[in-house]
Amino acid sequence: MSALLSLAWRSLMNRKGSVLLTLMAVALSVALFLGVEKARTGAREGFDSTISGTHLIVGAPTGSVNLLLYSVFRMGNATAEISWPTYEQIAARPDIEWTIPVSLGDSHRGFRVLGTNHSYFEHYKYGRNASLRIAEGEEFSDLFDAVIGADVARELGYTVGTPLILSHGLGTADFGAGHENRPFRVSGILAPTGTPVDRTVHVSLEAITAIHVGWESGAKNPLSDSISEETIRGFNLTPKTVTVVFVGLKNPGTILRTRREINTNKGEALMAIMPGEALKELWSVTAMAERALMAVSVFVIAVGVVSILTSILTSLNERRREMSILRATGARPGHVFGLLTLEAGLVGFLGALAGIVIVHVLIAIAGPMVTQRYGISLGGTGPGYMDVMVLAGVTLASLLAGAVPAWAAFRRSLADGLSVRL
Amino acid sequence: MNDPAIIAEDLVFAWPGHAPVLDISRLDLARGETLFLRGPSGSGKSTLLGLIAGVLKAGSGRLDVLGHDMNSLSGAARDRLRADHLGVIFQIFNLVPYLSVTGNVTLPLLFSPERKKRVGADAAAEARRLLARLGLEGEDLLSRRVSDLSVGQQQRVAAARALIGAPDIVIADEPTSAMDSDTRDRFIRLLKEEAGAAGSALLFVSHDLSLASHFDRAVSLGDINRAKVAA
Repeated sequence: MSALLSLAWRSLMNRKGSVLLTLMAVALSVALFLGVEKARTGAREGFDSTISGTHLIVGAPTGSVNLLLYSVFRMGNATAEISWPTYEQIAARPDIEWTIPVSLGDSHRGFRVLGTNHSYFEHYKYGRNASLRIAEGEEFSDLFDAVIGADVARELGYTVGTPLILSHGLGTADFGAGHENRPFRVSGILAPTGTPVDRTVHVSLEAITAIHVGWESGAKNPLSDSISEETIRGFNLTPKTVTVVFVGLKNPGTILRTRREINTNKGEALMAIMPGEALKELWSVTAMAERALMAVSVFVIAVGVVSILTSILTSLNERRREMSILRATGARPGHVFGLLTLEAGLVGFLGALAGIVIVHVLIAIAGPMVTQRYGISLGGTGPGYMDVMVLAGVTLASLLAGAVPAWAAFRRSLADGLSVRL
Repeated sequence: MNDPAIIAEDLVFAWPGHAPVLDISRLDLARGETLFLRGPSGSGKSTLLGLIAGVLKAGSGRLDVLGHDMNSLSGAARDRLRADHLGVIFQIFNLVPYLSVTGNVTLPLLFSPERKKRVGADAAAEARRLLARLGLEGEDLLSRRVSDLSVGQQQRVAAARALIGAPDIVIADEPTSAMDSDTRDRFIRLLKEEAGAAGSALLFVSHDLSLASHFDRAVSLGDINRAKVAA
């Protein structure tokens, strides 16, 4: 066996050029397949680990996927808000242990601004129930304090004490449509989490109210600049609305009842979702596209394996002489069969191995880019079970494909005898 | 003739559905003997060699190779016999292109543990010894790709391969037809010497009757083959 393997290896080395092309076809097909698979599982694990410990997310009625996307992943926008009295009503429910009120809608140089209160730092959990941790400075205490995520600090070069100006809406403009008359100051920087929290500027709910004094009509009132900071501090800054509420229950067993009761709330129409369930719904939407992609990439692998078969089959005629020599020097027909099968298997194995390496290099390059853009770190993309399975599968398929030309050579070597026809 | 290497009697071979291409009344080769077999192309020579080497099986008659009845041996057993006890040199293109010179010489040892045992632990050294005896020496020559060797050199590599592990029979099928006369005579002399040193019987096939004088005995295939072969 090892003798045949070394023969197969030398034979392949002798045809480096064409073998390399075939190998590349296999490598790219495997890379495509694994890339799709890893992007899929990576995105799922990344999304799944973005929020934990929160039983319900409550917002104005919309699609549950939409509510989840804008509340947790900062993707898209809320279409409506919840009034403050309704929020207070929810927070006062006896079955609820804690709530995090959240107000969204402003931004700072491309990073979303999130208004909330102390409860956020205490109760918001991600990954496996990890809490947020302030790496530098402290939570906001003054009206115009801001706590920024790790990426915000890193990318903008902010440290504790850096002043910043929020913009109205989600544009990246610093001035003009902004809240430049109400500068903030960085009071704390959060430790990295690998979630959208890293790309968020956190301020107090009162601050959100304060910077919108004079914006009641939806656009900036020219007179608002004349209202001094001191005057604003004197106002009642209790928010009029919040965008969503994260809810923790005293007893998770009541989750379905609590959700139903919130959904059928008598006053303002509300929608409560369970994050895990909404994520599942999101995946069921993407599953169709995923399946199509998987099917395509499986076919691409099949094409790669067939190209091994083709390359060996076409080389068979010119190798007829070689087979006769092997037979004459004592090779059994089985040796001829084994040699060609092993060559196919070797190309498949090495091609798949190269494909796996390509995928991991690509992930190492693309992973941080995805994290930068969406704040989600791809999880579970390291070398693992899937890679081993693909390696084994492609090698096996190649051995099987190699059996076709090997069988042809086997039959021929029986018929040719020692006469080496040219 | 005690314990002959090859005995063929009334040996008939036909491809399925065709008239016989071979019908040998009698052919024998003693151990250690050198036999010149004159066989022009189309005389059924390739078929006869295929039968002796055990890659073909006769329809009827008797063929004993080294005391084995080839007609009753299984394909695998005939393959084993060839691997262990036969060396073959072809007319041209004898070498596996992707193996080194010594790799080509030691190739039979991959398929025959018995022959490997006869050679001993250092197969490469034995290959180099045989090559040196056949006039192929030097790191420069041995490290060349076999396709870069001259025809004469290639045939000597093939001869070393046929001789390695001292097989009982060496079959040479027109090995000198692509050589000029000087190279040819030297090649035959070296081949005979080494076959003698290894104790191998030599069955040398050629259409060129002028070579017959080099050998113990000469037989013409046309004389012993009763089958009518279309040339």
